[in-house]
Amino acid sequence: LSGLLDREALRQLPSAERVRWHDAAVFDLRQRRDEGVARVPDFEALREQAAAIKAHTLDHLGTYLERFEERAQAAGAVVHWAQDAAAHNRIVLALLQERDACRVVKSKSMLTEECGLNPHLEANGIEIVDTDLGERIVQLGHEPPSHIMVPAIHRTREEIGELFHREMGTPEGETDPKRLTGHARADLRGRFLAADAGITGANFLLAESGSLVVVTNEGNADLGMTLPPLHIASVGIEKLIPGLDDLPVFARLLARSATGQAISAYTSIVTGPRPGGELHVVLVDNGRTRLLADPTHRSALHCIRCGACLNTCPVYRRAGGYSYSGPVPGPIGSVLAPAMIGDPAARELPHASSLCGSCTAVCPVKIDLHGQLLAWRRELRSPSRTWQVGVRAAGFVLRHPRAYRLAARAARLLWPLLGREGRANPASPWLQSRELPEHPGPSFRARQRARADERT
Amino acid sequence: VRVALFVPCFVDQLAPAVAEATWTVLERAGCTVSYDPDQTCCGQPLLTVGAGEEAARVAEAQLARFEGAEAVVCPSASCVATVRHRYPELDVAVSGPQAQTRGRVFELCEFLASELEQVELGARFPHRVALLESCHGLRDLGLGRASELGPGDATGPGPVERLLRAVDGLELARPERDECCGFGGAFSVRYPEVSTRMGVDRLDALARTGAEYVTGTDTSCLLHLDGLRRRGSRGPRSLHVAEILAARD
Repeated sequence: LSGLLDREALRQLPSAERVRWHDAAVFDLRQRRDEGVARVPDFEALREQAAAIKAHTLDHLGTYLERFEERAQAAGAVVHWAQDAAAHNRIVLALLQERDACRVVKSKSMLTEECGLNPHLEANGIEIVDTDLGERIVQLGHEPPSHIMVPAIHRTREEIGELFHREMGTPEGETDPKRLTGHARADLRGRFLAADAGITGANFLLAESGSLVVVTNEGNADLGMTLPPLHIASVGIEKLIPGLDDLPVFARLLARSATGQAISAYTSIVTGPRPGGELHVVLVDNGRTRLLADPTHRSALHCIRCGACLNTCPVYRRAGGYSYSGPVPGPIGSVLAPAMIGDPAARELPHASSLCGSCTAVCPVKIDLHGQLLAWRRELRSPSRTWQVGVRAAGFVLRHPRAYRLAARAARLLWPLLGREGRANPASPWLQSRELPEHPGPSFRARQRARADERT
Repeated sequence: VRVALFVPCFVDQLAPAVAEATWTVLERAGCTVSYDPDQTCCGQPLLTVGAGEEAARVAEAQLARFEGAEAVVCPSASCVATVRHRYPELDVAVSGPQAQTRGRVFELCEFLASELEQVELGARFPHRVALLESCHGLRDLGLGRASELGPGDATGPGPVERLLRAVDGLELARPERDECCGFGGAFSVRYPEVSTRMGVDRLDALARTGAEYVTGTDTSCLLHLDGLRRRGSRGPRSLHVAEILAARD
């Protein structure tokens, strides 16, 4: 991971036409969200309630985690703790190997993306099949998801038809989404039936009953956790909520914020293993306690991965998910990245935003996303000597009127040079597509002074 | 009302006409205007690149210029949003007289329409004008209602729109979407490719309204759009809202 919003990728952005198409496809989700949200009489109250539940749970996370562990184990599940991605992958692999499980089906889980589980299992000879349609598409194309809710949003139906033809032998030229989905479903059914284990994430954990709540639109998680004898759920520790009474608040927010649906097609509550089966829950930290300990950034752990901040983000819609180097793109990804991938890898991401604040306005759990991006910029300041000297000098100029006027005079003299593209010109990135403002003549202050002189 | 003029650094240097128009409009609204020539900058340029400590010191110096003012009025929503919402995050003007000064800093349109409750200023501008709702005005200051918030309660149009609707001869147009123009300060030079795509999309939407001019509360956004237009992108010319409110044929 380079840690940069990938400038090369940006320069090689496909045609303007494709960027427009991607922008429109993602903005359509934003608009569906708007419509869904408008149907809730007091959406704002719901957001506040959700944020309060999350804040409360995080304030008492230790207590709730222990309660969850105790109740889940009482219900027959086995709870594992993983400090980081490597520990998570080790635990999952060991569970599979101990049972000679070599065919695994997995439903959508951003956490396993974050941990790099698929490549780890594949390197150890285990076949892992993603069963969410979008995830299946990117898996067949050997790509990571480009969106946390809609993993293949960057692919056109023509491209998917071609991919399915190549990888699954479907008829050439098939582009009808319904038929393509039918082919994927037929292929997946056999894999569900043959699987030795099913891996899922969980959208929520209920502490009071030790239950998992798994939400999908396709029902693929339900097949994955009921057909094979072994169910492994990989879950971040921030997914906890106190109990069942809190769930409706989030059930109403999640699908609406993601796609505008009133509720997702499947919301399954799993308490303990299925009869004759095994349930293992792997609780993962992987940087989350770093955020928990940080009062400025703790609320980033409220996130329910709805994707609303991506859909409304004008930068994400144009740059696309692959421009972000972390496992999660968009505003929330940049806010989580310092904890997930660490500094300095994450240092650049908070700068990849115009700070328009629309992400903050849509967030169903009230994370001050643009405020946090700004806070990360301050906290992860560049250690480069040039940068340090530069901002100190700029600070001096901007708080001393005489230095400010001197600098302004110098810039006026250099104005014709600033308008010429060149490596030495700091204005060059601006000039790639824009003219400098016309030479402004005397400053406002100078004009006022001249006027005062005239009067005297 | 005695008003101290807060002239953002880039307006001082690159768009002095905007500050002059602001002065004119405030006087027409019955204010006594003063200007401290030793003011510099709110600190936002440093804040957005991550230089928090340096920004805090600039912020303190700037706020000290306005100590004791009855009202401080600034023709830039972005600078006012910095003062109002970001200074406390920098531990600047959290309490005491500094906080009082901070609480008296207003964006021009909100000051006229909401504080003075005066929207009729005798302006005449017989043109079709599209409104660019800059993000910091729209979301941080609440000068309008962002589309993602839905229709909400019937609070009516925001201060900018009310002022423009009172301008004689002006035909107001709204572009599709109310999204960011892509300026974003340092963002515009750090990620010129994305910034440009955002700007061109905004200009396109503005052009589709058939407006001759685009106006808004922020010279920064308008300079970015005008820079694109002058390089050959189709779209209306930029004019700050103060210049329209000051216009009389």
